[in-house]
Amino acid sequence: MSIPIRLTVNGRAVEVTVEPRILLVEVLREQLGLTGTHVGCDTSQCGACVVWLDGRSVKSCAVLAVQCDGSAVTTIEGLADGEVLHPMQAAFREHHGLQCGFCTPGMVMSAVDLVHRNPRPTEAAIATGLYGNICRCTGYRGIVNAVRAGAEAMEQS
Amino acid sequence: MYPFAYHRPSSIEEAVALLADPEAKALAGGQTLIPVLKQRLAMPEALVDLGRIESLKGIRREGDAVIIGAGTTHADVAASPLVREALPALADLAGLIGDPQVRNRGTLGGSVANADPSADYPAAVLGLGATVHTDRRAISADDYFLGLFTTALEGGELVTAVSFAVAEVAAYRSVRNPASGYAVAGVFVARVGQGVRVAVTGAGPSAFRATALEQALADSFTPEAARAVSWPEEGLNEDLHASPAYRAALIPVLAARAVAACCGTVASG
Repeated sequence: MSIPIRLTVNGRAVEVTVEPRILLVEVLREQLGLTGTHVGCDTSQCGACVVWLDGRSVKSCAVLAVQCDGSAVTTIEGLADGEVLHPMQAAFREHHGLQCGFCTPGMVMSAVDLVHRNPRPTEAAIATGLYGNICRCTGYRGIVNAVRAGAEAMEQS
Repeated sequence: MYPFAYHRPSSIEEAVALLADPEAKALAGGQTLIPVLKQRLAMPEALVDLGRIESLKGIRREGDAVIIGAGTTHADVAASPLVREALPALADLAGLIGDPQVRNRGTLGGSVANADPSADYPAAVLGLGATVHTDRRAISADDYFLGLFTTALEGGELVTAVSFAVAEVAAYRSVRNPASGYAVAGVFVARVGQGVRVAVTGAGPSAFRATALEQALADSFTPEAARAVSWPEEGLNEDLHASPAYRAALIPVLAARAVAACCGTVASG
């Protein structure tokens, strides 16, 4: 049983046909070639697969593609403006918010969603806001610094 | 995942008709069910996606009750000005479930229907003496949680809403597993009129009322009274995170913290 679904991915209307058991992240990576969204744990703990579904951050490894029919999806590829990085991406680069980079797409998507809801997050709010994202390299210090700086840059931009 | 058929009803009636098939399973936010399917721990022949049934969503106040649609996400409950004003303890609890992304998808009805022994919502449902509304009846919280992943729901019965009585004061305190966010133990304390209700999650096969604590707190609504209660370890859960003895020790401690929060003497914990 395959079902046609319509999505708006990073502003572009797409139509794909999926089996009901196919995950959103599988459509993004394997059918649409958007490999910036990573699969880390595949058990909805690590947050490497975070994208926005209708403006809310979700773990795309824990959402069926068929559930998203008619929805808007934003991935890490949809954040930059051409060659100009989103202020949060620039802040991650500037403040060493990454080392190996595997968790980074999910971190950035969660961080921007956090700042959308709380434009001036405290350090504690950043920590709780990134509860669903795990990094094995940085020890988080650089990430927290990056999110603070990214939030300030977003406010100014 | 094993393959399954997919249905997306737009009304409760349509969903209930599809769920009459014993091989079909309801899909709410999917934050438990999808991981379960991925691990092949369940193999339903069909999923009935409740996500597009608008009548399952929303929060409203009716007299002394806050009624929350089963399809309302944890994030929406946590952010609701109505819940924050009427039942801040419930909004706080919803804001502690899982992580932000899980809260953006997971629903009240999904949590209550699944009845995970470590889920947070059952403590509030039982602690506030809530009523679980289904497509066919209303079930008192005291009659709802029956055991490990077991509720009073019949096959194919769909939770449509939960109505929470507004408490005079209430608070929830838990010790969370740092990886999953699930409660190792959690205690919800509510004072309604002269009565005190205390509900525990995470510690037993399902959420349960702690009557010894309720009696002690009815006599003296103080953290000291809660801490003085000795809780037996018999029947409590044992897993790699905590022994029954540790969970037994946590119950009065968390109850005391919740009472302190009710009394405004401690802000967090």
